Amino acid sequence: MSDARQNYLSAGDTVKSWLLTTDHKRIGILFLLSILFFFSIAAAAAALMRLELLHPQGHLVVPDTYNKLFTIHGVLMVWFFLIPSIPSVLGNFLVPLMIGARDVAFPRLNLLSWYLFLTGGFFAFHAVILGGVDTGWTFYTPYSSAYSNSHVVEMALGIFIAGFGSILTGLNFIITIQTMRAPGLTWFRLPLFVWSMFATSIILVLATPVLAITLLLMGVERVWGIGLFNPKLGGDPVLFQHLFWFYSHPAVYIMILPGMGVVSEVITCFARKQIFGYKFVAFSSVAIAIIGFLVWGHHMFVSTQSLYAGLTFSLLSFLVAIPSAIKVFNWTATLYRGSISFEAPMLYIIGFIGLFVVGGLTGLFLATLAVDVHVHGTYFVVAHFHYIMVGGMVTAFMGGLHYWWPKMTGRLYPRRLAQVAAIILFIGFNLTFFPQFILGYLGMPRRVHDYAPEFQFYNVCSTCGAAILGLGYLLPLLYFVWSLRYGQKAADNPWQATGLEWKTTSPPPKHNFEVIPVVTEDPYNYPPLNDYGEHEHA
Amino acid sequence: MNVPFFPPEASSLAPETDHLYFFLLGLSLFVMVFVFVPLTFFLFKYRRGRRANRAALNLPTNRIEITWTVIPTLISLGIFGAGASVYFKEEVPPQHYLDVNVIGKQWMWKIQHQEGNSEINELHVPVNQAIKLTLGSEDVIHSFFIPAFRLKQDVVPGRFATEWFQPTRTGTYRFYCSEYCGMDHAKMEGFVYVMPAAEYKQWLEQAPPRNTLAQSGEKLYRILGCSGCHDGQTLVHAPPMEGLYGALVPLGDGTTVRADETYLRASILQPASHTVAGYQPVMPAYQGRVSEEQLMELIAYIKSVAHSEPLKKP
Repeated sequence: MSDARQNYLSAGDTVKSWLLTTDHKRIGILFLLSILFFFSIAAAAAALMRLELLHPQGHLVVPDTYNKLFTIHGVLMVWFFLIPSIPSVLGNFLVPLMIGARDVAFPRLNLLSWYLFLTGGFFAFHAVILGGVDTGWTFYTPYSSAYSNSHVVEMALGIFIAGFGSILTGLNFIITIQTMRAPGLTWFRLPLFVWSMFATSIILVLATPVLAITLLLMGVERVWGIGLFNPKLGGDPVLFQHLFWFYSHPAVYIMILPGMGVVSEVITCFARKQIFGYKFVAFSSVAIAIIGFLVWGHHMFVSTQSLYAGLTFSLLSFLVAIPSAIKVFNWTATLYRGSISFEAPMLYIIGFIGLFVVGGLTGLFLATLAVDVHVHGTYFVVAHFHYIMVGGMVTAFMGGLHYWWPKMTGRLYPRRLAQVAAIILFIGFNLTFFPQFILGYLGMPRRVHDYAPEFQFYNVCSTCGAAILGLGYLLPLLYFVWSLRYGQKAADNPWQATGLEWKTTSPPPKHNFEVIPVVTEDPYNYPPLNDYGEHEHA
Repeated sequence: MNVPFFPPEASSLAPETDHLYFFLLGLSLFVMVFVFVPLTFFLFKYRRGRRANRAALNLPTNRIEITWTVIPTLISLGIFGAGASVYFKEEVPPQHYLDVNVIGKQWMWKIQHQEGNSEINELHVPVNQAIKLTLGSEDVIHSFFIPAFRLKQDVVPGRFATEWFQPTRTGTYRFYCSEYCGMDHAKMEGFVYVMPAAEYKQWLEQAPPRNTLAQSGEKLYRILGCSGCHDGQTLVHAPPMEGLYGALVPLGDGTTVRADETYLRASILQPASHTVAGYQPVMPAYQGRVSEEQLMELIAYIKSVAHSEPLKKP
């Protein structure tokens, strides 16, 4: 440890030093590797589905297999990739660095959340190997609790266990951000990524227990036949939907708020400017977290929920759109009189704004009661939430990885190739999911393996797009791995960014900072620019 | 190759949904222009190395923020109102309608007409006449979705759901199950045939059923033993069915309910929880003993005697 060049990666290279690490940075890397594993399986499931859908009467897989594919895709992508993606990988790695702390508040609890994730992941993966689950990721009762002949309980158990990992991560972040900020780092000097992680953590802690309860009740009905949701046992199937969406709608914000945090970091760095409307961007994250708890019924406008419940949830759903709009306006305004460079992270983030705007606007269609009655349960919904979760969150995750990769690994990736990959991803994404809006309004239901012949053209577009999108994911994987060995060594602050994470070495030392920094200025305090976009050095 | 861009518009409310849709599309385009034009302009104008004025600004930030918070909020409230008013029309059927029952089960749709005709994965209806569907499920949740009518209703086991529409154009349109319901969910689909009234009548008569729905219900009413107590001439003290449908019923717990389909359903399946004031809770529960189809037939019978007089006690 006396070696000054010792960093968190070289500080111990035994398996044990990784598996028993309490270093938040190493835990972030462990999460990165684990979620990549689940992402690959879920992406492969999606690829098979897209191939099946090339033809209206696709005969690639039997119906039962198709139903299992979309379930595996949904479950793994939501709980074993998206939810832990930015929070557990980038959040774990960056939150302590950004607030000038040496670790999170409870490092061992942090390691425990990775083990809980792995244990949950083991059950989920085992359920897949045993033959999968065919309920859809939503586990609607009474299908899941009484009719499905697949490994529902084991899959639910996996999600149940992994959920405790989420709760611990959220708890850890809240306490870390509350108590461990460096001297001088007041709330309004925090990077916006930290604000978004704080808001996300509130949702993780408050919503995830409800999911645990819901899945537990479903399991109890399935295993012991205790009537809760199945009307034949005196239960109420719609009650399940209320409970499920009480978690799962806020969970949508777990899957987008962290991405919004990444956007604020990257856009300021590559525009060389202070963010426009810092407090509005910060509080809009909190507003989303709070209002997000009150809109779950918009998933249930045609579920036999009462007319007046529908009206209320529609109104609240419109309100939750406002804070997101505020963020987009502020990001755009940040570019005004900036000095913009189009490095790969920035390209991803520009892509994010484009896709997120489309995702957000189509959310208004779904909040509009009469329009939702038509498009609910169709490909319109599929397109909408992929625009938010893949177009938004995954693009932001890619942007964030490209932005912090030099910090995490101490290496640079090939610059041009990364820019190309970002553009490929954007094109592939739009070609995959835009046609699905049209399909949805035409009335193609989701979760079907065959469809009316007039829908074929759009499905073929979508499958072609998915192939391009796949390339957009594969390229970064290849050059990231390449960079670990052959990449140029990264400077401590290759992007000349503000923020405490750039003030330490790349990769950071085991305990982040030799001396805890003292913060004396606002975030994103980039120096003034001259007419050519260079910083004026006084 | 047939590449449609827009679904056929074949019900009285479909154009209203489409108006909302087009309005939202227009609004979306407007917002996209509002965001993407400045975005692209800034990206171009302020790219590094290009000469431009980058002097520090002193903008009235709060005023700008309030403006772009309040205006979208007001627009949103407007869309909410417009969407809600059409939804209201979709939820509340007109006074006169044709009753049709729809039963979903893994993986088919069974349709019952009041005249006794029944069909599977097909629904024949007359044009320009309001149709009210009463939907029930034998097993899991299904959803009855007719894109050409811009209409969808989940079919939830354990309760009745209703939806109504008035077809405005004759033709053949697809309907689907749009709530995943198990293995052959994708095959749980069919066609709506919207026909001129005369043709519809012909269709009803071309294979006349032996019984109307109400007559089948009356048979069941006897087979299941309902008549043994509820018929006026028996000695058991049970409320008569004649004149019941649509009436206000005082319950034993002091409340009053309207005897609609939901009430009748609950009273047949779980009578103990809906005992009528002045009667003993002696009726056995029929939960699990009658299918959705039979339940709908029984209710059709009870509705058919809504305007009859009860028989006198001996």
